Amino acid sequence: MEMPPADPTILARKSRLVERLNEVLPTNAVIDDPVQTKAYECDALTAYKCPPLCVVLPASTSEVSDVLRICSEMGVPVVPRGSGTSLAGGALPTADSVILGVARLNAVIETDYRNRTIRVQTGRTNLSVTGAVEEEGFFYAPDPSSQLACAIAGNIAMNSGGAHCLKYGVTTNNLLGVTMVLMDGTVVELGGAHLDAAGYDLLGLICGSEGQLGVVTEATLRILRKPEGARPVLMGFDSNEVAGACVSDIIKSGVLPVAIEFMDRPCIRACEAFAKAGYPDCEALLIVEVEGSDTEIDEQLETIKRIAQAHDPVELRESKSAEESAAIWLGRKSAFGAMGQINDYMCLDGTIPVSQLPHVLGRIREMSEGFGLDVANVFHAGDGNMHPLILFDANKPGDLELCEEFGAEILKLCVEVGGCLTGEHGVGIEKRDLMVSQFAPEDMEIQMAVKDVFDPEWLLNPAKVFPLDLSQGRRAA
Amino acid sequence: MTPETESELADIIRAANAPLRIRGGGTRPIGRPVDGQPLSTAALTGIELYEPGALTLVVAAGTPVQEIDAALDAEGQRLPFEPMDHRGLLGTTGTPTIGGVVAANVSGPRRIQCGAARDFLLGVRFVDGQGQIIRNGGRVMKNVTGYDLVKLMAGSYGTLGVLTEVALKVLPKPQASVTLRLDGLGDERAIAALSQALASPYEVTGAAHMQEGPDGVPVTLIRLEGFTNSVSYRADALRTLLAEFGDATLETAPEDTEATWQALRDITPFHGRAGTVWRLSVKPTDAPGIVAACPGCEAIYDWGGGLVWLLAPEGSDLTGAALRKKIAAPGGHATLIRGADPDPFHPQPAPVARLEQGLRQRFDPKGILNSGLMGSVAQCR
Repeated sequence: MEMPPADPTILARKSRLVERLNEVLPTNAVIDDPVQTKAYECDALTAYKCPPLCVVLPASTSEVSDVLRICSEMGVPVVPRGSGTSLAGGALPTADSVILGVARLNAVIETDYRNRTIRVQTGRTNLSVTGAVEEEGFFYAPDPSSQLACAIAGNIAMNSGGAHCLKYGVTTNNLLGVTMVLMDGTVVELGGAHLDAAGYDLLGLICGSEGQLGVVTEATLRILRKPEGARPVLMGFDSNEVAGACVSDIIKSGVLPVAIEFMDRPCIRACEAFAKAGYPDCEALLIVEVEGSDTEIDEQLETIKRIAQAHDPVELRESKSAEESAAIWLGRKSAFGAMGQINDYMCLDGTIPVSQLPHVLGRIREMSEGFGLDVANVFHAGDGNMHPLILFDANKPGDLELCEEFGAEILKLCVEVGGCLTGEHGVGIEKRDLMVSQFAPEDMEIQMAVKDVFDPEWLLNPAKVFPLDLSQGRRAA
Repeated sequence: MTPETESELADIIRAANAPLRIRGGGTRPIGRPVDGQPLSTAALTGIELYEPGALTLVVAAGTPVQEIDAALDAEGQRLPFEPMDHRGLLGTTGTPTIGGVVAANVSGPRRIQCGAARDFLLGVRFVDGQGQIIRNGGRVMKNVTGYDLVKLMAGSYGTLGVLTEVALKVLPKPQASVTLRLDGLGDERAIAALSQALASPYEVTGAAHMQEGPDGVPVTLIRLEGFTNSVSYRADALRTLLAEFGDATLETAPEDTEATWQALRDITPFHGRAGTVWRLSVKPTDAPGIVAACPGCEAIYDWGGGLVWLLAPEGSDLTGAALRKKIAAPGGHATLIRGADPDPFHPQPAPVARLEQGLRQRFDPKGILNSGLMGSVAQCR
């Protein structure tokens, strides 16, 4: 993956930069020792590494503003970083950039149960937002699988989803207001605790902008009352086509499950070998979870089972207890661990129209044979968000490149059938060069024009989202 | 001008060097009046794709909402965000279009539970101010590829581009819907009851309060939808939960519930009554205080109190500036829906206004698309 060369004039001004940052930040908030900055050289896309010029850890909006103003004045790029869990290289530094970590911005500012909102600093982790309100019976809905570690700042930057977004939506549907600092240090307030912010939907625009339009320091999030209960049903099918048809029939029926998870045979086998969850050995497996009171759950599961029966399942197992629910989820939740046990893997994130599911799975299987690399598929079937896991051997020369090539082909296929490159992980550097397969030149140009408005010098999170040749003129200007 | 294809529309805009007044069905004249030659999307019609099993609809922007409702109804589905029909309130005629719904981000009572029009908007095609055809988003439910211009277009009232096609997520219609009704509550108590209902696990899909209901007394309304047994279970649970607010009556006839919520959606109680109408978006618990500070005005609260429709009767001395001063401290915004005011849209703080102005300049460098409709007087060209 190509990254722009470091600007030697910036490298030469490092000591002056560090000095100025130290003037506005408390002790220990600026890290410039190369041994320590190494901890920030990559995010969860570990194949790519580059230590930054230095790291700053501000603890307030005004400190963030000071940092950005100084960097802006000195023409130094800034890479905002949540918890560094991006699978797309969204927080990969360049050698001439300052990493702005939000880890110290972790306070809960206000919880308001009557209006069902919480205001937090954005370094707070996703799960700890729920943690702050669960004693009162509330939760924060978006639940990316990295929720124990990932920060709200990163969730907003990538518009993160999760397994339960079929019912509750993704970050953008649960975000009411933010405090954001622009690259020149200007602090802006968007939205608040009310619904639908005034004027243009700038909240919607910055959510998912991968930290390229501003640094969000505080956020007001919608919280919801926890449902009375939840229970899954597991069903196995002889073919992907039949499982796909079953998903479509469930959705049409009017039941709104919180999650519909799909696993194909390679994934089922790997998970079974790893977690011994008692999954049937079949072509496709669905886990469908519904919520409500016990009787409501029974009623919904009855409907779902009736639909499934019409598709002649090889297995249909309804959970009757918390233990049985955990057993059903066990295999699915250990999918990534199971893959890691077998080999190195790359996790993709394309979305396809649900109706294209069998076709796409068939094509992936053919491509897998062509490339000589195994693929296991696990995904959020209700919304068509796929996570093909391609297995490769990082120690084998050329295998990573082959895997990336295969991944790119899968993502292009997603676009070809009417879907998109990324459903919840973001573009980052990983899918940057594939953007032209989804967008025409004018579609890209107008997105870059948006960045021009928020960050005219193109200093925020450089070399992400847009192919380098397309952004060259703007970055150099 | 009423182009019949997207490329014809693009040609017109590319060639234009004078202001254009963009309209769908012309039923929602919200914002500062715009000069210019009318440019209508009414001839860009038709459902291009509808997959009930994927809950996906792709439709040309000028398609009448009524036509979409009929197509969805045939499959037992609907537009979940319940868009308001503005004709009764604004005294307009014409045919509301889906492009107009999206351009004004029009959402009804169900917004409190399931989200606004912008939350169901999956993709857009539009023509920008230079006549370029732009595509953003798509037809799938999860998509974080590139910047989300889909949200930006929703609620931009044709000032950033002219929508030609929208992709929407739809949802199945419920088996049953009922309304719980509490009579005679004052505003504060009513909002407290609604807050309690919305903070329950019972999935309330409508939460409204009228200072003056059909019988002339205050009425507080809570809607539940879903499978029949589940709805009756939740209705019982809510009546128990809200016992301190009185004995809630239950409206179960589907046509009654439909009529009740359609009247709320379209703000029927204000139809044909003189005066200025404001739409306030505020924190629910702040709403009664703000309304109380506007003596002589009548309010309908929706979204659990988060949305206030305020009727300032003829002769009222309530100006937009004065109303906005009352909202400033608690937070929120006010939009003029009917009447006259120098700033129909809530003036933005300077840095936000600069960003908005910057976006307008990039999307519409000639300044010809509904120029001056949004933004404050100070920022108008």
